[in-house]
Amino acid sequence: MSAPTPKRHQASGSFSGGFSWAMARDLRLAWRHPDEAVLTVAFFALVASLFPLGIGAEPQLLARIGPGVIWVGALLAAFLALPGLFAADYADGSLEQMTLSPHPALGWAAGKVAAHWIVSGLPLTLLSPLIGLQYGLAPDTLGVQALSLLIGTPVLSLLGGACAALALGARGGGMLLALLALPLFVPVLIFGAGAAEAQATGLSAAPHLSLLGAALIAALVGLPVAVGAAVRIAVD
Amino acid sequence: MNWFYFSSPTTFYGLAGRLAPWFFILAAALAVWGLYLGLLVAPTDAQQGEVYRVIFIHVPTAWMSMFLYFIMACYCGLTLVFNTRLSAMMARAIAPTGAMMTFIALWTGAFWGRPTWGTYWVWDARLTSELVLLFLYFGYMALANAFEDPRRGDRAAALLALIGVVNLPIIYFSVQWWNTLHQGSSVSFKGTSMHVTMLTGMLVMSASAWMYAIGASLVRVRSVILERERRAQWVRNLPEAA
Repeated sequence: MSAPTPKRHQASGSFSGGFSWAMARDLRLAWRHPDEAVLTVAFFALVASLFPLGIGAEPQLLARIGPGVIWVGALLAAFLALPGLFAADYADGSLEQMTLSPHPALGWAAGKVAAHWIVSGLPLTLLSPLIGLQYGLAPDTLGVQALSLLIGTPVLSLLGGACAALALGARGGGMLLALLALPLFVPVLIFGAGAAEAQATGLSAAPHLSLLGAALIAALVGLPVAVGAAVRIAVD
Repeated sequence: MNWFYFSSPTTFYGLAGRLAPWFFILAAALAVWGLYLGLLVAPTDAQQGEVYRVIFIHVPTAWMSMFLYFIMACYCGLTLVFNTRLSAMMARAIAPTGAMMTFIALWTGAFWGRPTWGTYWVWDARLTSELVLLFLYFGYMALANAFEDPRRGDRAAALLALIGVVNLPIIYFSVQWWNTLHQGSSVSFKGTSMHVTMLTGMLVMSASAWMYAIGASLVRVRSVILERERRAQWVRNLPEAA
């Protein structure tokens, strides 16, 4: 006769528990301080409106450069939002408390990145058709553009999240983060802008979107582990 | 035999010092042989004339730029998994040589591109991904040196290097996946479309670049070891520290 296993009283962690907890917390924080999300979107709109003023406002030229400019603008806006992901929690010690929680770092780190995407990547995606209209893009190009941003910006958030965690407490701050993150963003930019570009020139956007989707799947599988490991390195 | 005898910085410091000159001698001898084959023996190319001789620098450095990143990433993996000190030092020592090889490959490629393609630079898949590789090396070095605590820099930069590994297959297969301006490879494991002296010269130059990279990394790792262990008694007892 074996003794009945004692009921465990200590909290047991899980991926989903940490994920939903961190996501709900960060979304509530973002809701109470909406300025950061608003600034990201405002920056995107501002950068996108600088190009016609600098390059010239001929409709054909704008329709030609539109997809690329919108993608670069969204990429830079997503990049500038990155320090907000971990910096405040690192500075006030919350990040250290999270690593002590029973939930695996993989879970709550992924939850934080997901919340960050909802606050930065998703608004950029939703705003992009409006900017596209300013550039005179055709309706089908607008749709492909928004779709490519919808698939691409989560990859940016995941890659950028890993880099932001690695650069926590480093000398060089924002410039260092740019050197780490922007080269890794290059493939996403190529396929994302390529999709809308192909649609605008009458080719099929499907190959670009498929590659972008493949990048998203690979990022969803591999990068949460990297973000969790990077946070652990930062806090240890 | 203890396989891990030389995995300690203390013992490896001496070994690296004894081995490095031999790798440099080997590199110099191979470079003389390779340049002799490449510049004097190999025939003029039917299509490109004499310009193609850039190949004897361009291809070896381009190969080494990718290979060194791979080796660096392997050391980075060892750093993260086993937390070994020497592997992180080796990764730090390899990075500048890798960045230099990448830079030379891009630079010689530009000089080759001007007469043959009519342009120094195109935004072709191979060129762009090789440029990304250069920035990955720079990012690795910047992150490794960005912390007060060198061990923290080791681990953070190691993780970055491992994320960057995805770029290697992109560089390697870029000429097949995107059929853009950069030509495909003339050499494969199945055979070659090159003249045999050209191929020999290129392989000898690659071996030379390889030996140079090992020698330079060994010299650099000695500096890294000295810097890290400067307070250790064995460093103070070294004749060169006195």
